[in-house]
Amino acid sequence: MSFLQSLADRDRVFDFLAPAASPVDVRHGPILYLEDVSVSFDGFKAIDALNLTIDDGELRCIIGPNGAGKTTMMDIITGKTRPDTGSAWFGSRHDLLTMNEPEIASLGIGRKFQKPTVFEALTVFENLELAMAADKRILPTLTARLTGEVRDRIEEVLATIGLIELRHAPSGILSHGQKQWLEIGMLLMQRPRLLLVDEPVAGMTEQEMERTAELLTGLAGKGRQSVVVVEHDMGFVRSIARTVTVLHQGSVLAEGSMDRVASDPKVVEVYLGTEEEVD
Amino acid sequence: MWLTRPFRERATRLFLGILLAALALVTLLNLAVPVGHPLHVSTYAVTLLGKYLSYALLAVAVDLVWGYLGILSLGHGAFFALGGYAMGMYLMRQIGDRGTYGDPVLPDFMVFLDWDSLPWYWLGFDMPWFAFLMVLLAPGLLALVFGFLAFRSRVTGVYLSIITQAMTFALMLAFFRNEMGFGGNNGLTDFRELLGFDLRSDATRLGLFLATGIALALGYVLCRAIVASKLGRVSVACRDAEARARFLGYRVERFQLFVFVVSAMLAGLAGALYVPQVGIINPSEFSPIFSIEVVLWVALGGRATLYGAVIGALLVNYAKTVFTGVMPDAWLFALGGMFVLVTVFLPKGIAGLLCLRLRRRAATSQPTAGEAAT
Amino acid sequence: MRMLPRFLSGLLCLCLLCGLPLAVQAQDDPGQALLDPLATASYAEKGEAIEAIIESGDARSRRWLEALLGGQLQRHKNTGRFVVVVENRGRNWPVVDALSFEDAGEMSRRDLDRIGINNALRGQLQGALAVLDLHADEVAERREAARALLGAVDAGLVEPIRAVIDGEEDAEVRRLLEQALSIQRLEAGEVEAVETLSGSLNAQVRSALNAASRSEDAELAAAATSAMADIEQKMALNRGLETLYFGLSLGSVLVLAAIGLAITFGVMGVINMAHGELIMLGAYTTWAMQQLLPGQPGLALLLSIPAGFLVAALAGVVIERGVIQFLKGRPLETLLATFGVSLILQQLVRTVISPQNRTVVTPEWMSGSLMLNEGLSLTLNRLYVLGFALVVFAVLMLVMRRTRLGLEVRAVTQNRSMARAMGIRATRVDILTFALGSGVAGLAGVALSQLTNVGPNLGQNYIIDSFMVVVFGGVGNLWGTLVAGLSLGVINQVLEPWAGAVLAKIVVLVFIILFIQKRPRGLFPQKGRAAEG
Repeated sequence: MSFLQSLADRDRVFDFLAPAASPVDVRHGPILYLEDVSVSFDGFKAIDALNLTIDDGELRCIIGPNGAGKTTMMDIITGKTRPDTGSAWFGSRHDLLTMNEPEIASLGIGRKFQKPTVFEALTVFENLELAMAADKRILPTLTARLTGEVRDRIEEVLATIGLIELRHAPSGILSHGQKQWLEIGMLLMQRPRLLLVDEPVAGMTEQEMERTAELLTGLAGKGRQSVVVVEHDMGFVRSIARTVTVLHQGSVLAEGSMDRVASDPKVVEVYLGTEEEVD
Repeated sequence: MWLTRPFRERATRLFLGILLAALALVTLLNLAVPVGHPLHVSTYAVTLLGKYLSYALLAVAVDLVWGYLGILSLGHGAFFALGGYAMGMYLMRQIGDRGTYGDPVLPDFMVFLDWDSLPWYWLGFDMPWFAFLMVLLAPGLLALVFGFLAFRSRVTGVYLSIITQAMTFALMLAFFRNEMGFGGNNGLTDFRELLGFDLRSDATRLGLFLATGIALALGYVLCRAIVASKLGRVSVACRDAEARARFLGYRVERFQLFVFVVSAMLAGLAGALYVPQVGIINPSEFSPIFSIEVVLWVALGGRATLYGAVIGALLVNYAKTVFTGVMPDAWLFALGGMFVLVTVFLPKGIAGLLCLRLRRRAATSQPTAGEAAT
Repeated sequence: MRMLPRFLSGLLCLCLLCGLPLAVQAQDDPGQALLDPLATASYAEKGEAIEAIIESGDARSRRWLEALLGGQLQRHKNTGRFVVVVENRGRNWPVVDALSFEDAGEMSRRDLDRIGINNALRGQLQGALAVLDLHADEVAERREAARALLGAVDAGLVEPIRAVIDGEEDAEVRRLLEQALSIQRLEAGEVEAVETLSGSLNAQVRSALNAASRSEDAELAAAATSAMADIEQKMALNRGLETLYFGLSLGSVLVLAAIGLAITFGVMGVINMAHGELIMLGAYTTWAMQQLLPGQPGLALLLSIPAGFLVAALAGVVIERGVIQFLKGRPLETLLATFGVSLILQQLVRTVISPQNRTVVTPEWMSGSLMLNEGLSLTLNRLYVLGFALVVFAVLMLVMRRTRLGLEVRAVTQNRSMARAMGIRATRVDILTFALGSGVAGLAGVALSQLTNVGPNLGQNYIIDSFMVVVFGGVGNLWGTLVAGLSLGVINQVLEPWAGAVLAKIVVLVFIILFIQKRPRGLFPQKGRAAEG
């Protein structure tokens, strides 16, 4: 019945009539807007009335102790987890809560997992090829051909992430850090408007960390990409952060520049304080 | 053109060359060498080989979903049997009034059950084009509905294996029922002719063998083309890191569904070629054991290689023929032992062994980029 | 003539001194005194003698009266010994002694006197035979006899039955007899009889009421019809309860078969396709136990419970060490390898024992049924299996919740490396868990041997069902397995009457397939982060 009613609805825009991949509308404000989002697992409130806005082109770091809800927040933004209440908007036009993961991805939200996940059976080159923004329906994928343009774009990203030499190696043999970069490279191929990066430097050496910092600041610096980085490593956050959000028990505890946040007594108490004591 | 891409691969050309040469050789030894000569291949042996080839096509279909999509289907026997039944229904209608009861329309078993007219789903099967279309559509449709439901709700891994097994088990029970109108326990048999050719003549049997061989070649090329396309790489991506593929914007369930349906259709085709050669189709083809045995062929040959599936199917079935002839009791021991040994000691199958040798040879001459990095 | 018995007694006394035990019996046997009066010419006296026999409550009364009715009870002219003629053809008839009912050779027909009866006596005998068992000492026998009279009372029996009712102590016997009389009255057209009959579920009562509802007497027909409707309602309830019972029984079998799997698959994540064959091993253990202890099926069955557990657990350990431990983290390969094991085990049983089904005896205390009311009786073996399943479930719950092993199992399944770091020997836990799951499969086999044929294919028939139950209930949740097993059993039985057994099974399978699409994690899913992986 509801289907028939929806057919009679004059204002309804059918999927096949809607413009393909409608651009993200950021004229009226931020690129990502979470309002009053809550989700609980078995009574445990992982996210509790969370409000968060990310501006277009911003590089935002999100910190917080374990269990603060950082990963769950990413799950909500990318459509993996549905919140119990609240709303999540991408630009001012796209309600993220009505879309599934591939739709959200096609819209321009890329995500890097905490544990590097690349397609280990495929080569570095093929990984990037699959990540590339393209028509991702079945038949176009079946008949897709590798054009010179695509090749150039892949080579470009290979150079950015420093894996030119390894382009034909199966990605399964890459080191931990190389996999992290490859994953970031895949996100670059996707040309996302918003990049969610979960603990990009976990398990990296000093040099690798520096290189990752360069990659991320470079991304946001170009202006068209917003980057959200979730990280534990304070040194790393200090080196890249402009604005820092502190999550605690599923909601925002403090927000601002690193120095301001670091001097906030609440933050010092729940997070930095203990961290410094440990150090 | 994506379909011609496989012909540019050396391995595919080699496989096709061997297959076509074997077909030609068997034809030659059957026709040109006189009966009684040690090199003569009897028509019985030709039909047996034809049966193996139809199994090989089924194995290729299973490998496509298991090897490249990571979906272990324990129900591909159902698609195979559905294709077989579609073909069997056509062959039944071709019998006409030459059956035991001489009814011009109704197959013998329906006369026996006192039915007075054909059930609606038997209509049209007297037309070969319709029947051959159903050979592909019936399994395809089942795979579409089943896969749509399963993949949409992200049933994967072991769960999917178990419910595919339940699917073929339920179908087996259903086809055992006389009321279903597929001949119940006995299935469909006593076929006479196919497209006007007498099924008992030597020439028809050789023709069926060749047709099966060519179907295998075409099926192989189709699978190879899918695997070598970007879609094949997306499949592998879905297999290894489903979540990552989703976050890259691929609708994983649709890719799974597409490959699953293609595979089911190939299995149906294999079943349709199998039936006229063995002369019967009955519900035992739906039995879960058969489906899981097919998986063993693929595992033994080496999954995710396609040609491994062919090798495995031929080897296991040849062994089965030999064993059941010499010591039938030992066959299940051998089969069971193979399951254990292959999975524990030979996870990449025979193809894995071949690859290892080839790669070693290649490695001694010129190290590849991948190995240089390790 | 009167002298003869005395003389005989004297003779028998002599025999007694000579130590002839048979004769002692004849002398002491009160039966002789009961039968002697029959050897009179007066039918009136014979009638009194018959009364005396009935009232004596002697166990042989029925046979005497039957023989008398059939003209087989005869008396030797010379010795006065009573015999029962087995066959009256030819000159010499084979006979048995009327007191001991032992073979007494052949006697010339000329030496025998038949105890004659007339029509009046015949009627008396028939009535007496009908109510004879009502005089038995055992209440159960009297009830059985009274039940047999339902619908079999004719006018001639009314009086004897009334007499019995007056002397009867057991209320149930009285109720049954009243009912029997009411049926007779109903058949005679009395409307009041309907009232005493309404609410009874007995088949005879129902057929009598049914007949009465078609009576030409409108009042009687109406009363009978309304009584029938009342009864139908009770019958429907009974049928419902019976379906529920069969459903729970089938469900308990499913639970038993699946609960071991719920541990190996649900808790450990190991797909053991040879689980069905472990069940089969348990069933064969029961068979072997009964072969070892011939004549004591009950004891053998009780001993099979630990034995079946051990045999299956041992086989499970061999499978775990021999195959599964090499395939950790590769569930699909585990599935294939254990399927191979299942083929080997099946063929092993076929080769070593036999491809044929073996018979497992049901001990006496498990056969028969428990009668709840006249329309509903529960077969005992199924009741025992149901109880057994619940006990096994309860014990497993205790093991998993309250013991060190249960704690370690849960620790290892949730975080293997952390558990190892805390000093838990994960390998040992793996082996024990798998042995536990396998052993429970063996217990299922012991129980199944009481319900189905024990053959090499026994396990195969349960493996798909078992997996369905575990998946339906929600993997990793023992409660889910219990609820899923029982409810699937009931659903199956509810569907069976209108769909037939095979179709019901198909419908259930399709239902589960669809259900899994809807709720991939089963009825009782594990929630939250733990379930994401």
